[in-house]
Amino acid sequence: MQDFVQHLVNGLSLGSIYALIALGYTMVYGILQMINFAHSDVYMVGAFAAYYAAKWLGIENQPGLMSLATLLVVSMVACALLGLTIERLAYRPLRKAPKLNILITAIGVSLFLQYAGQLVFGADPKVFPEVMPDITFFQWGDLSLRSSDFTVLIVALLAMVGLHFLIHHTKIGRAMRAVSQNSSVAAMLGVNPDRIVAMTFVVGSSLAGVGSVLVGMKYPKIEPLMGMMIGLKAFVAAVLGGIGSIPGAVLGGLLMGLSEEMVVAYLSSTYRDALAFGILIVILLLKPAGLLGRYQVEKV
Amino acid sequence: MSEILLKVEQLEASYGSIHALKGISFDVREGEIVSLIGANGAGKTTTLRAISGLIASKGLISLRGENIGSIPSYKRILKGLSQSPEGRGVFPAMSVRENLDMGAYTRSDRDGIKRDLENCYSLFPRLKEREKQMAGTLSGGEQQMLAISRALMSRPRLLLLDEPSLGLAPLIVAQIFEIVKKLNKEGMTVLLVEQNAQMALKVSHRAYVLETGSITLSGRGEDLLSNEEVRRSYLGI
Repeated sequence: MQDFVQHLVNGLSLGSIYALIALGYTMVYGILQMINFAHSDVYMVGAFAAYYAAKWLGIENQPGLMSLATLLVVSMVACALLGLTIERLAYRPLRKAPKLNILITAIGVSLFLQYAGQLVFGADPKVFPEVMPDITFFQWGDLSLRSSDFTVLIVALLAMVGLHFLIHHTKIGRAMRAVSQNSSVAAMLGVNPDRIVAMTFVVGSSLAGVGSVLVGMKYPKIEPLMGMMIGLKAFVAAVLGGIGSIPGAVLGGLLMGLSEEMVVAYLSSTYRDALAFGILIVILLLKPAGLLGRYQVEKV
Repeated sequence: MSEILLKVEQLEASYGSIHALKGISFDVREGEIVSLIGANGAGKTTTLRAISGLIASKGLISLRGENIGSIPSYKRILKGLSQSPEGRGVFPAMSVRENLDMGAYTRSDRDGIKRDLENCYSLFPRLKEREKQMAGTLSGGEQQMLAISRALMSRPRLLLLDEPSLGLAPLIVAQIFEIVKKLNKEGMTVLLVEQNAQMALKVSHRAYVLETGSITLSGRGEDLLSNEEVRRSYLGI
């Protein structure tokens, strides 16, 4: 029982990280109907931005709330700027091009960031600074609630609540939803679609920035290819929940994290990654629109 | 005679190699209801899309003497254009209220927006009843009411209505045309695109007949209503 609760906590905290990254995929898809494959590498750059900022500010060995907040802000800003730049330089010129061209461009941007990352940051892994002191809040037999898991859950929850507020209770959020539901009508009503697309990249990328600091805290080894696997899993999570659906991305992320943790705990860690792609295959077979996704009905 | 509000000259538009508009010219004067009638594929919706800037076009589109043909779509609403699009185009996963708020996207005068919201609700009480409901769950008629109200929320000088009767029961159609007439009496200028020629001609001061991308006939609504050719081709009499 204690074991199970422990795995539940671990799974939820891993899952909320997947969810944060999945949100970026799903938001961009909702607006542009494209998969932004470079998203996972934006996340990687976020981790390195936090790493270098911690070094530069000399807070790498000063775990605490201040450091956490500082690194979160640095990483979010870095990711937002990078996302904005990618959208402006790589995707916007192709706005009217066939979807396949944009998809291929996204893969190109992803590879560019991965290899530029190896060139700039070096290919060898680096140790992420200690963000929060390692305290065990609660011990019950084998069950221990540690500060890192706790922080991950709280920060992820706050980020998601913030996103919900932005999307549902602000003018810009309403415009984002309007563009994703009918972009030509939104434009007719005075919404500048380019501005909304840019805003979507800013928000999605900064959530990846949050994710990168949380991951760095939980698994403090960062390297330029770190985005690949977690990006794929977050993408699967977004598809699982229904790509384009924001609650879907959160649900998909949590389910992915939980099932991964459970597979590792009760079956074998060998199957950890096989599970993610197994889930993708099953979803594509049984429910191609995802758990909370809707089929797009083409109307004439 | 009142002043010219919208002037369209030699308007051309294409979809790929299909020449959808072959240089049409017409105008709408302040305070008028003008309709464009014609069969499916005649270019009616294309005309409105060109005026709203959703498709590229050649020729002149001027609003109160200002050429608006080259400004981006999202800025034309600021010039006083507002459209209830073909197929209504409500945001299905947003509430009625949110749809209306989107109509006032370019405005920031809270009190004015609130007053206009009340006006829309008194024009269409059904919308008030369904304020919190998702627009996608409304009936076709209610969605049409919502699309018109949303267009009104920007306080346009010229209201563009694209096929407001499409797919609606005759009773609802009559009701919507009554509202259009009422709006016009209160001073709203309307450019109406319709396949339902009878309804359109009855409420219109003037009308143009579009046929495969060109204007073939024009005149006062009641004159066209009794025109032999119009009766045969569009009214089925």
